[in-house]
Amino acid sequence: MLRFFAVRLLRALITIALVVTFAFIVLRVSGDPALEIMSVDAPPEAIAAFRKAWGLDAPLWIQYARYLLAILHGDLGQSMRDGREAVVVVAERIPATLELTVPALLFSLAVGIPAGVYAALQRNSRTDRAVMVAAIAGFTVPSFVFGLLLVLVFSIRLGWLPSGGIGGLGHCILPIVTLGVGGAAVLARFARGAMLEVLGQPYIRAGSARGLPWRRVIVSHALPNAAIPTLTIVGFMVGNLIAGAVLVENVFSWPGLGRLLVVSVVSRDLAVVQCILLLIAAVMIGANVTVDLLYGVLDPRIRTAPLCAGAGRC
Amino acid sequence: MSTRPFLELTDLCVSIGGISVLRGVNLMVARGEAVGIVGESGSGKSVTWLAALGLLGRKARVAGRVRLQGEDILHMPAPFLDRVRGARIAMIFQDPASSLNPVHKVGDQVSEVLRLHRGMDRRAARAEARRLFDAVGISDAGRRLDAYPHELSGGQNQRVMIAAALAGEPDLLVADEPTTALDVTIQAQILDLLREVRTETGMGLVIISHDLGIIAETCSRVAVMYAGRVVEEAPVDDLLERPIHPYTAALLAALPNVDGPRRRVTAIPGSVPDLVRLPPGCPFGPRCRRHTSACDAAEPALASVDAEHPGRRAACFHSSFAHARAPEHKEVVLA
Repeated sequence: MLRFFAVRLLRALITIALVVTFAFIVLRVSGDPALEIMSVDAPPEAIAAFRKAWGLDAPLWIQYARYLLAILHGDLGQSMRDGREAVVVVAERIPATLELTVPALLFSLAVGIPAGVYAALQRNSRTDRAVMVAAIAGFTVPSFVFGLLLVLVFSIRLGWLPSGGIGGLGHCILPIVTLGVGGAAVLARFARGAMLEVLGQPYIRAGSARGLPWRRVIVSHALPNAAIPTLTIVGFMVGNLIAGAVLVENVFSWPGLGRLLVVSVVSRDLAVVQCILLLIAAVMIGANVTVDLLYGVLDPRIRTAPLCAGAGRC
Repeated sequence: MSTRPFLELTDLCVSIGGISVLRGVNLMVARGEAVGIVGESGSGKSVTWLAALGLLGRKARVAGRVRLQGEDILHMPAPFLDRVRGARIAMIFQDPASSLNPVHKVGDQVSEVLRLHRGMDRRAARAEARRLFDAVGISDAGRRLDAYPHELSGGQNQRVMIAAALAGEPDLLVADEPTTALDVTIQAQILDLLREVRTETGMGLVIISHDLGIIAETCSRVAVMYAGRVVEEAPVDDLLERPIHPYTAALLAALPNVDGPRRRVTAIPGSVPDLVRLPPGCPFGPRCRRHTSACDAAEPALASVDAEHPGRRAACFHSSFAHARAPEHKEVVLA
């Protein structure tokens, strides 16, 4: 078990190192922060001074070595735009993003799973088809289009909800729904598939043959088994949520990490972008490890497997 | 045989997706009787019992009558059937490992039945599950209660299935190919166990199998199925001695003869007919050695062969004892 986690941790570190390296190179090769932040009309001396101050005049590999060394000391650098610690700049945006992503994830789960399960139980009925059509629409329509559509209907036409910005509960609803709808659609399709697969298993019929009422067969025999493959998708969805937040926060002018990321990329505020990417990578790895652990809780067959693999036997 | 049958299937028909897979099955099981159902795959032997217990799902159309102690249960509402299944008629299946839920402990799956059908509380159910595990020969029963199906062998899992079936104290146990997925030594143990349980509880038994040997060992009466109908019904010994239907005779000739003189096993020519396009008349006609033009005109009904042997019935125009020959090997040693 210990070796299992050691391997996972090592893999996670390699992933993070790759993300950091890739971001470092791409950001520096694709634009010049001095020109973006100082503007093109700035006097050449000022630009040279800026480059020197931020160490941008050194060769790329030396910049990279300095950057890695700093990370190992826990120093993620300063924002080039206002000189504050990048970590602080990023950290103050986290609550706003969590305010959207966590409810959006809950919305996806609360809508997607019941819809999928219900569709599977009513297979080939009108309800089933309606749910599936809605699900296909839900994940083919891009979130920025869907978001604008919601704004059009609920803010402009009906005037029920604000079209953007941060404020009370009303401000949250449209962005949360926009962000959560794609996940709900994916989950509905997946939960339906998993449920249909499980309902075809011999133990379902065997349960009925023992006289278990259908409701009980579903709740205590089908659902726990269908939850196992569905969990994988929830793990992936966390990644999609972050990507979605970038779009949705921009559509609704929500002052979260997604907005910060876009602004920082445009102005090549290197330290801030790298800090956000590091955070995203860490969140995704955390989500995957959580999913792996939850597998063990849900599936007794997996609970014993890592032990086996870890011991190098079996 | 007792006067009133425990279970009586009358003209049971099933069609799934527009294809008739059962075409009028008539069958009786007396209280405490052991009946074997034999036939090739696709002959409808499992479907008969799944249909009788209402386990086929919505896609299947079921017609006919299924009388349990005189009461027709076929189209009864689900809550009624839930009190029949597991409590009066239990069923176990071919693949024990996949017939148990992989995420629940085996002890809990047995306790579930005890709490449901016998109203026991958690503690009592666990104690009774343990007693049942002992009774079905699971060693170290106390610890095995907390095992998951993947931690047990196929034979142990089938014992768990039997324990779960016995938990409702049913009057009849339907075992659908109970030993097909198990290796031969375990197969014998499970059959011994089923026989033992029967003598102890007086429970009736239906064994569905493609293996006449298994049925000969455990049952007193046998029904042979072909293309969705019963084609011959007889006491097991009589059937082995003098099969009437040419299909039964061919099945027996296809069995290897272990003790007697060496002989070639004879395969049945052709294959099981496509249920979508059944041949006209007798469905076994095209593969039959005694096929005549009369066989193509109409499908023979299952009928008594002669007055002296009321238990013997066959669905063949050539079904008289004059035609019935013993298979070439006299002593059939089965399984």
